[in-house]
Amino acid sequence: MAPHKIVLRFTSSTSDRPIIYHLVKDYDLVVNIVKAKINPHLEGTMVLDLDGERYEEGIQYLRDQGISVHPLTQEVVRNHDRCTSCGACTVHCPAGALYIERPSMEVQFNGDKCVVCLQCLKVCPVRAMEVRI
Amino acid sequence: MGVERTYKEINARIKAGKAVVLTAEEVIGKVREQGLAKTAAEVDVVTTGTFGPMCSSGAFLNFGHSSPRIRMSKVWLNGVPAYTGIAAVDAYIGATEIAEDDPANNNYPGEFRYGGGHVIEDLVAGKPVKLEALSYGTDCYPRREIETTVTINDINEAILFNPRNAYQNYNCAVNLSDKTIYTYMGTLKPRLGNANYSTSGQLSPLMKDPNFATIGIGTRIFLGGGIGYVVWNGTQHFPGWLKDGEGNIIGSAGGTLAVLGDLKQMKPQWLRGTSFQGYGATLTVGLGIPIPILNEEILRYAALSDEELHAPVVDYSEGYPNRVAGNLGLVSYAQLKSGKIIVQGKEVPTAPLSSYPKAREIAHILKQWIQKGDFLLGEPVQLLPGPAAGLTGKVLEIK
Repeated sequence: MAPHKIVLRFTSSTSDRPIIYHLVKDYDLVVNIVKAKINPHLEGTMVLDLDGERYEEGIQYLRDQGISVHPLTQEVVRNHDRCTSCGACTVHCPAGALYIERPSMEVQFNGDKCVVCLQCLKVCPVRAMEVRI
Repeated sequence: MGVERTYKEINARIKAGKAVVLTAEEVIGKVREQGLAKTAAEVDVVTTGTFGPMCSSGAFLNFGHSSPRIRMSKVWLNGVPAYTGIAAVDAYIGATEIAEDDPANNNYPGEFRYGGGHVIEDLVAGKPVKLEALSYGTDCYPRREIETTVTINDINEAILFNPRNAYQNYNCAVNLSDKTIYTYMGTLKPRLGNANYSTSGQLSPLMKDPNFATIGIGTRIFLGGGIGYVVWNGTQHFPGWLKDGEGNIIGSAGGTLAVLGDLKQMKPQWLRGTSFQGYGATLTVGLGIPIPILNEEILRYAALSDEELHAPVVDYSEGYPNRVAGNLGLVSYAQLKSGKIIVQGKEVPTAPLSSYPKAREIAHILKQWIQKGDFLLGEPVQLLPGPAAGLTGKVLEIK
């Protein structure tokens, strides 16, 4: 089974704790830190690949520490400066999130409909579609 | 006998701030509303525009001389090779060039994230570009290698010179095979999954002057956000007419332009490095041409609409790669822009590769330049061959 991709959010009172140490040492979990960031208010975000037999216990430990745990959801965004409104993406979007508004022929992106299939990232000729984690 | 105007008269009106200018989109409604004769009497200039990938593009650069001097025999810009078979510190960076270590289609379909077109966009944006050059060394040019960074302001000349731009019309590409194909017309899904087209239709410069009655050597144009010129016909310039089954003219095709302009006054939003998955890198070029309404006949063509202009539908899985003549029918730009066409009885979703909103913006910018009086029309010193010249393409025989 593939590792779980999760997002942890820390408050200023939890961001100084060695939680990765405990996940590995106490729960025997395999950890890959994809991304980690602490803002000036000492609030933190961490994206993890987490795997191991005691995964559920590890998650419970995190929650008991007051750390919020969510599955990773990627988000596709349009870089408006790069997008030329050509429309090449629109026939490849399976969700109808990218579409041409007529008669202006402007390309529109409805992020609510996006299913994050990432097709648009490949077909956009000017690389205007980006994924945000 | 209708109205007759000369370039001189139109330019005098532009200088006086009195020229009447409409975009190629606006003029359609005007002619529908009040007829050709009255519109021709009123309108001096019609502006066109297109913003699409144009592979036959590139820039001549002169880097200036280092101390000691080098006669550059190999040049790379951000790792992308430039052609140096010209004078010592001159080079030509072509839009479709890619780095020697780019995996290209070895990892099919390749991404082609950075090529010559992207180098040109970075230069125009004023970004520092890494310059590497090698030489065999001569008595007068002893240096054998150099590595530095340059910006467009550091170098002597940067001249955009595109040997084939502004294709008059283009195929609408489809895929009849059972697998996805990756082409210069974008990604084409199997079994007529989509139909990609790439002109701005009723805004497209050469479709609005199909006889080449006004466009020639010396025509001043909008090029990459700056001012450029038509300097010759483009390569593969074979202008002709598209005809329906009964021989009626339903559009034009085959004409191309060679254009040139000072890259230093252009803008990155009108010269975009572009990548086609599985095909290659290129440059999307913004180009607009003013059409002087010298007479009613010129206006008649300049006012053609998407309903009257057509493109051939061509299969890019078999027909195009094997140079098989013929097509799967003709469709109007109005149909293409509606979002679906019918091919072999099947409804096929369409997508443009050329931006219609940007083409419209170019036609409007050009209109404003002319209205403000700071853009005069260039009277061609020689017109380009039109459909009457009967030019056709030669094929390459394997001997």
